[in-house]
Amino acid sequence: MSEELRPNVRFTVNGKPQSVTAHPLRRLLDVLREDLHLTGTKEGCGEGECGACAVLLDGEIVNSCLIPILQVQETQVITIEGLAQNEKARVLQEAFVECGGAQCGICTPGMVVASWTLLERNPLPTDQDLRNVLAGNLCRCTGYTRIFEAIKTASGRLAQAVAK
Amino acid sequence: MKSYLLRYQMRQARDLGEALEMVSSEPGEWKPFAGGTDLMVLLEQGKLAHRKNFVDLMRVRELRGIEVKSTHVTIGALTRYSELQRNAVLQSEFQLLCQAASETGSIANQNRGTLAGNIANASPAADSPPALLAYDAELELMSHRGVRRVPYSRFHTGYKQMDLASDEIISRIRLPRRNKQWRQHYRKVGTRKAQAISKVCFAGAAEVEDGKIRDIRVALGSVAPTVLRCLKTEALLLGGAGSSRIREAQEQLAAEMSPVDDFRSNAQYRTRVAQNLLAEFLLQL
Repeated sequence: MSEELRPNVRFTVNGKPQSVTAHPLRRLLDVLREDLHLTGTKEGCGEGECGACAVLLDGEIVNSCLIPILQVQETQVITIEGLAQNEKARVLQEAFVECGGAQCGICTPGMVVASWTLLERNPLPTDQDLRNVLAGNLCRCTGYTRIFEAIKTASGRLAQAVAK
Repeated sequence: MKSYLLRYQMRQARDLGEALEMVSSEPGEWKPFAGGTDLMVLLEQGKLAHRKNFVDLMRVRELRGIEVKSTHVTIGALTRYSELQRNAVLQSEFQLLCQAASETGSIANQNRGTLAGNIANASPAADSPPALLAYDAELELMSHRGVRRVPYSRFHTGYKQMDLASDEIISRIRLPRRNKQWRQHYRKVGTRKAQAISKVCFAGAAEVEDGKIRDIRVALGSVAPTVLRCLKTEALLLGGAGSSRIREAQEQLAAEMSPVDDFRSNAQYRTRVAQNLLAEFLLQL
């Protein structure tokens, strides 16, 4: 296949420079999971409805199933594996486990990414804030209540840590 | 079934000149690609049949940004829903558009989806077009042949049909700044508050003086083959008080729409809800 059909795309993933040769319309989701073996990012619906494949692209939450790899050229991608290194995300992760916010686990990486973006700019979110931010993340196990509890537990702990 | 990727090609345009050159090089062969929130879904479902090549526009700086002048606001084609919501002038004078942007998809989709992408996808159920109709928006279309402007109300010519040549791209959306004092009402009715495609979408704006309607716009989504500005309903309401002719206006509104039964809703429900939304708007005037 010609080089033009499969351009070389350079970007960073979780701070590490990457270079992949792929069809320009290949989904970022597939490149992450299949080429880079970062399988924390899940595929749910494949049409931008469920948020299971959420990652950060230049700091903004996006659905990686809707991003053609060509548009990732020279960007910074953070996946759930990268967030796991972050203190705030770690507190969130623990709270999800404790509160039963993670059950089958398919939605969990996307839920953590979305709730992390919320706590980044709003450390003490209201229930309505949670509903707004998580509107794009579907969960078929928990009924959402335990997820909301997990995020509130995490935000309480983080606020306490700041107060100390 | 998933599309076979090798049937498609995509190249990145570095600037506007390159983008225009690509869409005009082989007529009809290269189609603009922006945020991908519609096209990637079709690709995944194997429904992306029409053309095989795409020009990725997302790096074209000339198509970005919101420019505020004393008489109008110009919105770059690639302005994303999240950017629309953050703009102070749009927030204070163009609430219908900001609200539509905040109710489109999820935050992740709002970080990718673009205003011109929403227009060019040409869905009669799109959220921002009724707002654009209420604001008398004008589209700027560019090609290597030059620039032309089309009133948005004349842009959609039929279901998924547009007044857009194969070598043209939507470059800007222009909104006149006349509605500071106008009362505005937007409401989308769908299955959920977020992530839903509307069953009915309503955008209304009116200038009221001494209790009388001096000027008014009524626009609807999901009730006809294209988004619809209801000119006859507007004409009937001119000069009266908001609450004085609700019944007649509702009847006129129903006569102007041509809703269908589909998997999202049915014609009867759509008619009733559109009429109720009109009444809700008029009672606020």
